Amino acid sequence: MSQSLLTVAPSPHIHTELTIPQVMRGVIIAMVPALLVSVYNFGLGAVYVTGLSILFCAGAEWAICKFLLKREPTITDGSAVITGMLLAFNVPSNLPWYIILIGSLVSVGIGKMSFGGLGNNPFNPALVGRVFLLLSFPVEMTSWPQAVATWSLDGTTGATPLGILKDGLRAGETVPALMQQMPSYTDFFFGFQGGSLGEMSAFALLIGLGYMLYRKIITWHIPVTMIATVFVMTGIFWFIDPTRFASPLFHVLTGGVMLGAIFMATDYVTSPVSHKGMIVFAIGCGVLTVLIRLFGAYPEGVSFAILIMNAFVPLINTYLKPVRYGRKK
Amino acid sequence: MKNRAFDKELKTFRLGGVHPQDNKLSASAPLAQLPLPKQVTIPIIQHIGAPAKVVVQRGDTVKVGQVIAQHEGFISSNIHASCSGRIGIIEEVMDSSGFKHLAVNIRVKGDDWLETIDRTDTLVEEISLSRDEIVARVMEAGVVGMGGAGFPSHAKIKVPEGKTIDTLIINGVECEPYLTADHRLMLEKPREIIVGVRILMRALGVSRAIIGIEDNKHDAIELFDEWLREDKQIEVQPLEVQYPQGGEKQLIQAVLDREVPSGRLPADVGVIVHNVGTTFAIYEAVQKNKPLVERVVTVTGKDVKQPSNFWVRIGTPVIELITAAGGLPESTGKVVSGGPMMGKAIADLEVPVAKGTSGILMIAQAETKRAEEYNCVHCGKCIEACPMGLEPYRLLLLSKAGQSEKSKRENVLDCIECGSCSFVCPSNRPILDYIRLSKTKVKKLK
Repeated sequence: MSQSLLTVAPSPHIHTELTIPQVMRGVIIAMVPALLVSVYNFGLGAVYVTGLSILFCAGAEWAICKFLLKREPTITDGSAVITGMLLAFNVPSNLPWYIILIGSLVSVGIGKMSFGGLGNNPFNPALVGRVFLLLSFPVEMTSWPQAVATWSLDGTTGATPLGILKDGLRAGETVPALMQQMPSYTDFFFGFQGGSLGEMSAFALLIGLGYMLYRKIITWHIPVTMIATVFVMTGIFWFIDPTRFASPLFHVLTGGVMLGAIFMATDYVTSPVSHKGMIVFAIGCGVLTVLIRLFGAYPEGVSFAILIMNAFVPLINTYLKPVRYGRKK
Repeated sequence: MKNRAFDKELKTFRLGGVHPQDNKLSASAPLAQLPLPKQVTIPIIQHIGAPAKVVVQRGDTVKVGQVIAQHEGFISSNIHASCSGRIGIIEEVMDSSGFKHLAVNIRVKGDDWLETIDRTDTLVEEISLSRDEIVARVMEAGVVGMGGAGFPSHAKIKVPEGKTIDTLIINGVECEPYLTADHRLMLEKPREIIVGVRILMRALGVSRAIIGIEDNKHDAIELFDEWLREDKQIEVQPLEVQYPQGGEKQLIQAVLDREVPSGRLPADVGVIVHNVGTTFAIYEAVQKNKPLVERVVTVTGKDVKQPSNFWVRIGTPVIELITAAGGLPESTGKVVSGGPMMGKAIADLEVPVAKGTSGILMIAQAETKRAEEYNCVHCGKCIEACPMGLEPYRLLLLSKAGQSEKSKRENVLDCIECGSCSFVCPSNRPILDYIRLSKTKVKKLK
């Protein structure tokens, strides 16, 4: 080794092991438990939808880089795979392939690459795709296969617990009466309920959260705050009138609160950078979710809530600075 | 009876911090004397402040401890001959930062010390000098901060007019991975360091001193605790292992929960911090009349044959240390003077060891290469890591855009350049590089 070949570079001279591909791999691993529950519940449909979605999202990013932007494809960073998985997690498990394709193109093409790719998109790409599909294909996007382990691609479909609740209340029924028609809280917790592909099992999603916290991929601030906000706010309404409002536990365990709080709102790119900002952002997501669920037209509001809060992130980042050392007023 | 150190709750600083791998490979290597080199090259500036003025000429014969360059003004430091022999060429040489400074070369002959220096190992506990005499003696001995900053120590122990110091903190943190120089010194010279602490307390007129040591140095905590059992004024404070706890501002926050206001000094919050290495040098200066002519240097690296801690004469070429530790490993891609987080990569192995050189680290080629850079994903990890509460990702963007005014408003000058942001960035962005650029530009704005 000749001396003249020594590298000279400014400090620091060491770097953490947790780089972008590792982070992305970690997030993917964290989503596996929820995917397994989905496969158990929905059979091949879950595999089919998730596989296609990943394929289409990664393919879209590759093609856009290659043919439109004429630059080195960036799919090796793993973020397109996550977008694909998250999009699949947010749709019914019997969605036809062409709708998945459209969703993937919107997610990656409009949601991410049109802003310059990884790191530059203001809105969560998977949610952009999901909401686009919800508005364009309202029937397909809300025909939920029921959670009965079946290995055929066509099972029976029905409403989600939140859908039953919303429609029942509109029809003038009371919450306690509607609860009679639904699975128990234990079933909700472990995921034996209707709903989007990846959102059913709070248990599996919490395992994923634990893993991401352990690997220090995310901090507790967004998921805990958002879930707590939904719990407290629905709790207040429930306390005021339990015949018109469902219990906080019901709201936390059904629909997309867990999935949204753990995997969607925590997206690095579209959430605030400081802890203070994260808490404000998560409270916003929680409050908007509850308002839409209780008073809006849709039975579920997590996607809209997160997208709306995404728009506030630059503002939050500008005004909620971290605590500076030695600059107390 | 005072509380044992182990019963105390571990403390740490509140903002930011990272946990790089420890890699203290040389922790169990006892201090060993490095053989005298054939020649030493001693730069006349190894400190913050004015360069010293050379007072010897080529051909002069010098003894160890003799002044070869005299301090110029109060914020300056004496430079002594670290070896005996004849003065060789006096010319500009490159230091570990890559800057050229005037340096005095000595052709080493024998090991002939000034008679006034007490070279024995006998512990001298009784402190006979007054406050002013201590300051004068430390100044004479050319002691500077040995943790790396190199601020002249005498200037730090003379309490400025109108300020009251209530606590002396001794920095035994050594939070840089790999380095063990302070750790070994604490293990092998605890009583000398304690006398050094008492000297500092007398000079500063304080009755309270706290030695901060990170919890990965259990043996040192235990040892000091044992020696200080009966002492009512000096205590040991164990600290959680977290980088950059050895930063002055972070250590003050960890130990006393005080914050040094931006642009001010620790003395403004009643604190003075000295490193253990400096404290030992002050002991030797005051009790043994020995100037700062040698220091402990850790020589280490994952592929180094014998990771070591050497007593090294100031001015010794780095290559001598590397040879003594088993030679430059085949894998070496980078040689760093200092620790891996804040140390400086050196281009030339003839660079001399200076008063602030705490370690020589050899990093393998494979670890040297910076990994592929990705876009910023706004993960916020740099903010989480920044011990000064800054927003490094934003400072990088502002620096790239040349927005110096804005960078200044975002407090870029508060950055202590600890490197935590670059270390933790999952996108491998060179955050600190850009912040340094920005700091230079912002300083020119004034």
